[in-house]
Amino acid sequence: MYQLVDGALDRGAIEAAVTTPEHGAVLVFVGVTRDHFEGRRVVRLSYEAWDEGAITEMRRIGSEIEQRWPGARVAMAHRIGDVPPGEASVVIAVGTAHRAACYEASRYGIEQLKARVPIWKKELYEDGASWKENLPS
Amino acid sequence: MRISVRYFAMLRERRGAPSEVVVVAPGATVGSLYADLFPEPRPRVGFVVRGEVAPADAPLADGDEVLFLPPVGGG
Repeated sequence: MYQLVDGALDRGAIEAAVTTPEHGAVLVFVGVTRDHFEGRRVVRLSYEAWDEGAITEMRRIGSEIEQRWPGARVAMAHRIGDVPPGEASVVIAVGTAHRAACYEASRYGIEQLKARVPIWKKELYEDGASWKENLPS
Repeated sequence: MRISVRYFAMLRERRGAPSEVVVVAPGATVGSLYADLFPEPRPRVGFVVRGEVAPADAPLADGDEVLFLPPVGGG
């Protein structure tokens, strides 16, 4: 499951997509919009995507995870449009047979998404706005 | 040559539209088109031509679709 959603993300459905009796470890990473940046209050975030490119790149990351950690299952959803602070902007669920691989694969998923997937974020403050670039981790 | 161009994020705001059709001279590359459209170009902008990531010197052909991708900020 790889989705861009203009609206609240359904964590339960994303988790369910990777949960099977074969997958003894499931991790759900949730990225939540922050209400502050360097002392400024963030009133809203706005995400936009190159839709086809973002879905393609998320699928590619999922395939990489399945190759590096055989048997892993992956689901990713990212929000687009306006998001108030405190809500989920991205949810990545990974299921593996055992926990060690699950932690590694989950981390790989979010780091690669932030580095590669063509999604852009604008932070709107009480007194201005700025487009945020992800820095290399 | 007519090229359709799509913009995202700050590039979209700067052009004032998510897409447009521009006319370029034969011999233009995706990089030269970018420099024409954005006289103060941002670093680290990626190019997509006909659906594939392309280097700045990728030649353009009539009817091509070009995307300019600013540094990403998802998550």
